[in-house]
Amino acid sequence: MIDKRVASAAEAVSDIFDGATIMIGGFGEAGSPVELIHALIDQGATNLTTISNNTGSGQVGLAALLKAGRVSKVVCSFPRTANSTVFPELYRSGRTKLELVPQGTLAERIRAGGAGIPAFYTPSAVGTPLAEGKECREFGDRKYLLEHGIRADFSLIKGRVADTHGNILYNKTARNFAPLMAMAAEVTIVQVAEIVEPGKLDPESIVTPGIFVDRVVAIANPAHESELVEAGASYP
Amino acid sequence: MTKPPVIGRTREEMAQRLAQDIPDGSYVNLGIGIPELVAKFVPAGRSMIYHTENGLLGMGPAPRPGEGDPELLNAGKQRVTALPGAAYFHHADSFAMIRGGHLDLCVLGALQVAQNGDLANWSTGEPGAIPAVGGAMDLVAGVKSIFVITQHCTREGEAKLVQKCTFPLTGCAVVNRIYTDLAVIEVTPNGFRLVELSPGIDFNFVQERTGAPLLRTPERIKAGGAEK
Repeated sequence: MIDKRVASAAEAVSDIFDGATIMIGGFGEAGSPVELIHALIDQGATNLTTISNNTGSGQVGLAALLKAGRVSKVVCSFPRTANSTVFPELYRSGRTKLELVPQGTLAERIRAGGAGIPAFYTPSAVGTPLAEGKECREFGDRKYLLEHGIRADFSLIKGRVADTHGNILYNKTARNFAPLMAMAAEVTIVQVAEIVEPGKLDPESIVTPGIFVDRVVAIANPAHESELVEAGASYP
Repeated sequence: MTKPPVIGRTREEMAQRLAQDIPDGSYVNLGIGIPELVAKFVPAGRSMIYHTENGLLGMGPAPRPGEGDPELLNAGKQRVTALPGAAYFHHADSFAMIRGGHLDLCVLGALQVAQNGDLANWSTGEPGAIPAVGGAMDLVAGVKSIFVITQHCTREGEAKLVQKCTFPLTGCAVVNRIYTDLAVIEVTPNGFRLVELSPGIDFNFVQERTGAPLLRTPERIKAGGAEK
């Protein structure tokens, strides 16, 4: 019988290994899987490559993972946000490498990676510094850049509700990259506020079908990054 | 110390002037900063649907302080609301709307705009600066019309409208119109063309503060703005 529940965030991330590539959902704090990231800090894996839109804020969540020195490279579209001080220090000191990717290209690279598409052409970034070293090809009278799909060993994402088959619904703009990242990892781990029995979710409303999900863990009252930052919290 | 008198349009007046040129029923993406002000000045009787690239069509104004949902944000990571008829979607769909030419207009800020429509708005290229691009390169590559709203000159008095951008580009030949404190300017195949001077401003004053020639000859304007 299919049941993708795991008992705790610690158990959900227990097999993440040193050197792993990890996609982490979220746009700002919306959709950031704070409890899974904190469990990963406790777990200790290091030399990680993270793929995410931002680099966290304050000293919690993704910023705390970076601060703990676990991340050697970030693939990111906007690593500069209000209250984001950890990554800028790591970047300036050369301790963490950055691959800067336009946001739409990042989304499509993840989607392609999950959809069995090795590469695609996009008009974004043609003629800019981010086009350097990339194949450029004309279709019609326009230029496009070749971009490659990306995959990861693990994805850590946050939903609102799941069923035990791993079907996921999200909360508002917390959806962002999560449905794409769910498709593009060997192991997709989802934290949700609530897990229900199969049949409780309307099949017409499912956003991420359970085939893309490996583990779901219930975190009933997830923390919000802005509230932690406002309270001056740091992790661990 | 007294502030120098404001010459030309204030930021709010610039936003108000730009809002006059958005057709009723447009799907619009507003960038962070001065572009966000545009939503306050939509003329009566017109309605726009606002897109935010983090996954919402039908974005409404900010909630009252202390209210709202920390997972209902705009591209600047500020809390917003969703209006009746709104839709949420994931990032691949959001950027399909952008790259696929489904959005009518994007309003962005600028560091520099060149006379051929090149835009630089994401990096000054300074060593030690944290490079961050977000969705700007996708927006300028795909949205039908790109309007820039910016001060005409930098705080140091240097021209932002130039022959050729010296900062790293966001996109090539992408800008259609520029709304500044001093003027409304259109990008044409022949360079910058003056559309309108701000109240109390004369042509020479604008030309002296523009790094490329300003055309004054009227040109046929295609529906929806200048040719791209």
